[in-house]
Amino acid sequence: MSTVAETQDTDLEALESELLDAVKSASDLTTLEEVRVSALGKKGKISQLMKGLGKMDPEQRKTFGQAVNVVKQRVTEELNTRKDTLGNQALAARLAEEQEDITLPVRSGPLLEGRIHPISQVMEEISEIFADLGFSVAEGPDIENDFHNFTALNIPPEHPARQEHDTFYFNQKEGEESRYVLRTHTSPVQIRTMLSEEPPIRIIAPGRVYRSDSDQTHTPMFHQVEGLVIDKETHIGHLRWVLEEFCKAFFEVDNVKMRFRASHFPFTEPSMEADIGYAKVGDEIKIGEGDKWLEILGCGMVHPNVLRNVNLDPDVYQGFAFGVGIDRIAMLKYGMPDLRPFFGADIRWLKHYGFLPFDVPTIAGGLSS
Amino acid sequence: MKFTLSWLKEHLDTDAPLDKILDTLTVIGLEVEEVKNPAETLKDFIIAEVVSAEKHPDADKLKLCQVNTGKETLQVVCGAPNAREGIKVVFAPIGTYVPGIDFTLTKAKIRGVESNGMMCSERELELSDEHEGIIELDTKAKPGTSFVEDQDLNDPMIEIAITPNRPDCLGVRGIARDLAAAGLGKLKDDFTEAPKGDYPNPVKIALKFDKDNKHICPVFAGRYIKDVKNCESPDWMQQRLRAIGLRPINALVDVTNYISYDRGRPLHVYDADTLSGTLHARLGKQGENFEALDNEDYDVDETMCVIADEDSVLGLGGVIGGVSSSCTMETTNVLIESAWFDPISIAMAGRKTGINSDARFRFERGVDPQSVELGVDLATQFILEICGGEPSKKTIAGEVPADRDPIVFKTSEIKRLTGVSMKDKDIKKTLEKLGFKVDGKGEKVKVSIPSWRPDASQSADLVEEIIRIYGVDNVPITPLPKIDGIAKPTLTPLQKRARHTRRLLAGRGLTEAITWSFIPRELASMFGGGQDELELSNPISEEMSSMRPTLLPGLLTAAQRNANRGFSDTALFEMGQAYRGDQPEDQYLGAAGVRTGSAKLGGAGRHWDGSAPTVDLFDAKADALAILEALGQDPNKVQITRKVPDWFHPGRAGAIQLGPKIQLGVFGELHPSIVKELGLSGSVVAFEIYLDSLPTPKKKTTSKSALESTDFQTVKRDFAFILDSDTAAGDVVRAALGAEKKLITDVSVFDIYQGKGVEDGKKSLAIEVTLSPKDKTLTEKEIEAVAGKVIAQVKKATGGEIRS
Repeated sequence: MSTVAETQDTDLEALESELLDAVKSASDLTTLEEVRVSALGKKGKISQLMKGLGKMDPEQRKTFGQAVNVVKQRVTEELNTRKDTLGNQALAARLAEEQEDITLPVRSGPLLEGRIHPISQVMEEISEIFADLGFSVAEGPDIENDFHNFTALNIPPEHPARQEHDTFYFNQKEGEESRYVLRTHTSPVQIRTMLSEEPPIRIIAPGRVYRSDSDQTHTPMFHQVEGLVIDKETHIGHLRWVLEEFCKAFFEVDNVKMRFRASHFPFTEPSMEADIGYAKVGDEIKIGEGDKWLEILGCGMVHPNVLRNVNLDPDVYQGFAFGVGIDRIAMLKYGMPDLRPFFGADIRWLKHYGFLPFDVPTIAGGLSS
Repeated sequence: MKFTLSWLKEHLDTDAPLDKILDTLTVIGLEVEEVKNPAETLKDFIIAEVVSAEKHPDADKLKLCQVNTGKETLQVVCGAPNAREGIKVVFAPIGTYVPGIDFTLTKAKIRGVESNGMMCSERELELSDEHEGIIELDTKAKPGTSFVEDQDLNDPMIEIAITPNRPDCLGVRGIARDLAAAGLGKLKDDFTEAPKGDYPNPVKIALKFDKDNKHICPVFAGRYIKDVKNCESPDWMQQRLRAIGLRPINALVDVTNYISYDRGRPLHVYDADTLSGTLHARLGKQGENFEALDNEDYDVDETMCVIADEDSVLGLGGVIGGVSSSCTMETTNVLIESAWFDPISIAMAGRKTGINSDARFRFERGVDPQSVELGVDLATQFILEICGGEPSKKTIAGEVPADRDPIVFKTSEIKRLTGVSMKDKDIKKTLEKLGFKVDGKGEKVKVSIPSWRPDASQSADLVEEIIRIYGVDNVPITPLPKIDGIAKPTLTPLQKRARHTRRLLAGRGLTEAITWSFIPRELASMFGGGQDELELSNPISEEMSSMRPTLLPGLLTAAQRNANRGFSDTALFEMGQAYRGDQPEDQYLGAAGVRTGSAKLGGAGRHWDGSAPTVDLFDAKADALAILEALGQDPNKVQITRKVPDWFHPGRAGAIQLGPKIQLGVFGELHPSIVKELGLSGSVVAFEIYLDSLPTPKKKTTSKSALESTDFQTVKRDFAFILDSDTAAGDVVRAALGAEKKLITDVSVFDIYQGKGVEDGKKSLAIEVTLSPKDKTLTEKEIEAVAGKVIAQVKKATGGEIRS
């Protein structure tokens, strides 16, 4: 006959192996949890044994209690181990399920969709360069009167230069002396600025201009930037410096070759046109190299008659003015072969030649990226 | 202006090479546009003799010629009517490039017969437009010799652009003078021996003007030459005229054309036997007309100066002569006319008649008034040399306009305007080589202006003369002094706003377009424009006749063009001026955009992760309000009204107002009939913000207001209201926001529902209200109190009941 203690020991051993088997054979976390409850839950087999300890005498309680505790510990350990294993297996199974086709295309979002028109971009580049020299940006209306577009600029009625301008006219209005025009150049902004501001003046005036001319290389609307400096000492030497520095900065080259040719504009005297030296390598135009010349701007010292027309004394004040075709220098810099598509709003052209919205030209970051 | 190198050398004694001459011309303001040397283009052409010419066996108009080229006899098929035995011709062997037809000859079979080269017309050699037949050379020409050598064609033709201020360079002598001043040789002496006549001019000449228009033709000189024998002009003259693209006519006429180009002095010759009575220069009369030398009839009027005899108008003075009195080969008595006409009158007459003649071109720019007599004398001399005859005395009616006063020239002006220090003697030398006369010494000198320089009138003009001859490229480069310190901002607030707006819109996926400022009138009228004052009187085409009243029509037609190319989901914007009227203040700066198809903010088109729905008015509203917000205008402080222009859908568009008077912009769906009219289809939404109507922020400080944040828990509560279906959500939001201003920081609309459970004519609108307490956590009771206020305020404002 075995003793009570022996019986208890035998039962305990059987319980242990029963529980450990159950833990081992639990194939998922739910079954394992059931096993844990059946062993360690409130009514679990081990918990019951622990509860029964109170009824034992101290000696027996001590030895049997220790034995139960050992079993509890082993079962708990085994449960935890098994839980980890099953947990890992479950995660692995889930991950195996969660396979996405990572090659599916995504949307890039609006910031990479929109574009800035090259004309706007180039106007900002020009403003940046001249801001460094202290030139403010001035503006004026597209529909101008005869005074600002012609007369004040020393182009009196019947002056042959008026014919050269291919002017768009509006119909004569009653009570008006002359017809309104679409400005043929940005020079009227010179007049508006000199009438409203005191020298020293340093401005550029970019904007739309209009000539009644339409063929492969001319559009009836195009863009110019006017420059004007008025003070008491600025002369042709300064004009040359400003334009050469401008060309270097704009075309982002260390050196440019420029050729100044005498010319004629009614609103400057002396008047000049400037050519820039370039080479053609394949289809690409390289500024600052080669021996070909391309006309890019007109300039000169502001005509004394123009100064008089804006109430400035030509014996005291002097300065220079220049005008550059923005569309043309944009084409040169960025390699657009034709002018006409600039105004066609073809989305393919705009996306190809346009600039991203965060591509802001700065002196610090370089004008183009 | 065209001339040849040998012609230039008639006036300029120089050994400068051609390249140097060309470079100098360009730099001193006589820009070289083209140089063509026939000796190069025609170097392969040789002289040949037609040995025999028979009919082509299979073609009536072609001839089968045997041609002796000096080395061999070749068979050549030729279509020219004058191809015949015995003539000397210009022959292009196989392999020759023929410029007039832009073709390099190959051996060919023409109608089955082999042809080994080509006999050429003048047009094929680009010598003239003559193409009646092949060139017949002098019978003494030797087969095998080079055509260029035989004809002495080694004379480059130079074409230069003449700016309107330099009529003196519309004559070769003026060009030579400029080159001499620039150091390229010496201007040759002018001819001095004027022929004298020994009998009175039998043709009376008179000026018939009243006091007010005497200036139109102040002087008219003439000379009669009797018993001339008109003929072809000499080869050298014909060659020069041909080289510059003029067709020789007869010696009398060629002489005037030659002098026109040689001296910039237009002349006219009359067959004196056709004239009846006194020759007048006078204003035309209504109803008068004449047949001009271009074989067109022209009506004249009382603004034009005509030359007339007792019977009829003969020609338009300074513009064109007439057929009835023109010189022909039969002319035996000739009258030479040399007059001076007012540039403005000539320009007006030229524009009215549309005649572009060499004479008009010169007179409207200003011919040297002192060349009136010189013109007569030069012409007399040439005519006597070529045609013989006996000259009468010169007749001069009127007076040559007086010389202008000299310019008082402060020579320091050169340094002041160009930065170049120049010696007095160099200044004097340059000016005098150009024909100016310098009197006096020191700081101020008196400079007399040559009669051929109408453009020079003040100091700055003399500075230009000196600096262009000195060379602008030789002016020392001087840095423009920088303004002290770090560069200051150079944009106006509006310009800065425009930049922000542009990048904002591109950042919202819209692509910037630049469209024409002028649109078809019909289109302008559809968008509130098309007023008479915004209509061009001389548009390029009807498609470009009316100034755009808003930016939208250009963008919409651009969207339509893109849709036609297969891009129907496009988002475009434009910034620029649009025109409410012709005054500066009527021209506003707009920022407008158009979205079509499914061009949503998040992307367009079909996509595996959810295809983009079509755009609606709220896409346009979002773009419009984003601009306002980016420019510092709180979108909660503007009013959205239905005051929209009628090109928008009346129920799906809104206007953005800042008070009743200021409209900041519009947004919405385009009116279906406009969409249809413009050839668009599907959803089309648009917006436009009037950038210059936005008030400029007054704040000058860079400091931002203090951040108001709270550590106490924010609370969100949802409310659903039953409202009349036409109640504006904006009213509900505004009422809720106003219910407890200190606590309620945000109200958003998260659901709108109509249908089952909500009675007809009503809608349910759900809002989420955010409470942000600043000094303590709210108790449930306090939250309930605020909720009560929200419900009450919304009810008060809209009549809406809380949904139970």
